[in-house]
Amino acid sequence: MTTTAPRPTLTGALRGRILKLAERVTTPLVPSDYLDVIDPLRAGATLRGRIAAIQPETADAATLVIKPGRDWLAHVPGQYVRIGVDVDGVRQWRTYSLTSEINRSDGCFCITVKAIDGGAVSNHLVRRARIGTVLHLDQAAGDFTLGTSVPAEILFVTAGSGITPVMGMLRNIPADSAANIVVVHCAPTSDDVIFGAELRALAADGRIRLVEIHTRKQGHLDIATLQSVVGDLTQRQTWACGPSDLLDTLETYWASSGITDQLHTERFRSPIVTTGDGGTVTFSTSGTTIDSTGAESLLDAGEAAGVLMPSGCRMGICFGCVAPLRQGAVRDLRNGEITTATPGDGVVIQTCISAAAGACDVEL
Amino acid sequence: MTTMTTMAPTNTDPTAHLSTADIADLGAELDAIRDGVLASRGEGDAAYIRKVIDAQRKLELSSRAILLFSLFPPAWLAGTVGLSVSKIIENMEIGHNVMHGQWDWMRDPTIHSTSWEWDNASPSDMWKHSHNELHHTYTNVIGKDNDLGYGIMRVDEDQRWKPLYLVQPVSNAINACFFQYGIAAYDLEVGRFLKGRVDKADFVNRGKKVLAKIGRHVTRDYVLHPLLSGPSALTTLTANLTANLVRNLWTHSVIMCGHFPEGVQTFAKTSIEGETRGEWYLRQMLGSANISGGPAMHFMTGNLSYQIEHHLFPDLPSNRYQEIAPKVADIFERYGLTYTTGSLPNQVGSAWKKIIRLSLPNDFLKRAVTPARERTESAAA
Repeated sequence: MTTTAPRPTLTGALRGRILKLAERVTTPLVPSDYLDVIDPLRAGATLRGRIAAIQPETADAATLVIKPGRDWLAHVPGQYVRIGVDVDGVRQWRTYSLTSEINRSDGCFCITVKAIDGGAVSNHLVRRARIGTVLHLDQAAGDFTLGTSVPAEILFVTAGSGITPVMGMLRNIPADSAANIVVVHCAPTSDDVIFGAELRALAADGRIRLVEIHTRKQGHLDIATLQSVVGDLTQRQTWACGPSDLLDTLETYWASSGITDQLHTERFRSPIVTTGDGGTVTFSTSGTTIDSTGAESLLDAGEAAGVLMPSGCRMGICFGCVAPLRQGAVRDLRNGEITTATPGDGVVIQTCISAAAGACDVEL
Repeated sequence: MTTMTTMAPTNTDPTAHLSTADIADLGAELDAIRDGVLASRGEGDAAYIRKVIDAQRKLELSSRAILLFSLFPPAWLAGTVGLSVSKIIENMEIGHNVMHGQWDWMRDPTIHSTSWEWDNASPSDMWKHSHNELHHTYTNVIGKDNDLGYGIMRVDEDQRWKPLYLVQPVSNAINACFFQYGIAAYDLEVGRFLKGRVDKADFVNRGKKVLAKIGRHVTRDYVLHPLLSGPSALTTLTANLTANLVRNLWTHSVIMCGHFPEGVQTFAKTSIEGETRGEWYLRQMLGSANISGGPAMHFMTGNLSYQIEHHLFPDLPSNRYQEIAPKVADIFERYGLTYTTGSLPNQVGSAWKKIIRLSLPNDFLKRAVTPARERTESAAA
């Protein structure tokens, strides 16, 4: 006899009873509301983490060492984590690549953040975050990873903070690995290279071949330069992370060479190629109605109107912002695709990359 | 001149001296105060409400823990005081204000008007409808704002007298003791249902929700916590009863001070047709009354002691009313309006006096003390 359903155990049933009783004792709150006052990082709590240390990397980048709650699961190198941080009292969610080695003895993980111009969260984390601050977390996610076994020949192409997921991988490749690894990294100057010292040390040890492109002097990376410094690009598995134009260039070349399956990319921001037509947006749960232009995402529009919008990467990759579209039409800001829904369809949309394309009703 | 002794209010319009332009200016000045708070709202405010919630939960936990040994009189006393204070803070500075959306801007789903539930018989969604939508929109409009006497009392000369109002001093005292259930019945629109003005299926549906919530709270305070106290069961029950009674009496008194004291104006239904933003502000200013006192008093009223500021800006964080109060009072003065305020005993006394006086028909007392001959003379005149 085989069964996949967990068999009810005596202790399981007992625990359920006790929980029910505890809820009756604490109503209208739940027991965790009180337990959170005592230990926000305990097992069973909503996932949170505490900043254990902050290490400056460059003039505008810093690494945060975060001690996660008990329920944190180990990540796969190259993955990102969704982090909720209160900036000026307002909860903001962003995604950051994990840069630490897995299974650290202190149980912590690291993210490395580069302050971008006008970036509320990145500037807060780099310049104003304090040790001891409690952050909100999701489990690590993302498929920008090396896979089950490390390939023999690897090329990493990165620019700016695009080095962060790659550093997460490099730190987890064993020192005695036979893999032939080339890292081509672009930054304005030598001083702007995040993890510069560590990358150069890895190169000096012969574990990687490092090619730094200092764009302020050398200009942007193109395929010809890449070929001249790396050699035959088709021989390697390539992971690339950086601004859209760099990734677009790589994707075009890899596609024209018929080796798309050898290129793995991760984008920071999605290019907006189109706008919706705008329309009246009703957030039905909160009872808020606004007129939204076709250029702003439903996420931005809802936040501006004071609706409690779930959010994450704000670029369409993490699915932290999905919400049911009861009815109406929205346009995907990345490719212009229209999604429509009528009541009962159960259509969910990513609010961060969707704009109104006519009247729509979002269940938030 | 027999009218010198009159107790009846003067029906002069306190805004008669203001032109349309004056009222528009007043609105703009109040908007500027609001914008000032919005511009500076941030980390410090968020830290404030989190600290209050944290402290209230710790106070409740420790009070309930002490009450496990309530058989010992000092434990009963300490636990009851702690639980009473905790319940008051939970209802007023936290529950009322969170459900107003004062903290929604933090985007914290655990401190948000759409998700908050409070330790009160009235379910949050029903309370938000009757309080936020009806009372705050139609403040003191006779026939529109049910908070005006809660639909069972006569608190204004312009409300027509009925013999039923004779018992209102007694019914108000009873309502004070069971205030949370009074609010629940009121949010449920029991009165309108009895008059056949509410859809029956809808009423039954909502009634079930209220009863279910009351059932959970009664089980918690009067069954489970006493049982957990073992030999102290009976004394824990009396402690919880007392804490609920103290919370009811306190919240009832504070809320009575908001709109019932002498000096507070009421408005006719017709007066709000086509009301401008400035006129809406004006109605909130004249329809509310403050309570003066120290920081502890303001905190324990959930800053409803700044009722005027709260009614002008119901969604601004409560910790900010104190700082804007002098600016608001200054506007009252410059526009020749009366900022109604007084100490808690004063305002509670004033509200009770009004409730007792208006349980009788207008001018009843005057007629009782004026000789019949003079009455006929003045009537003839």
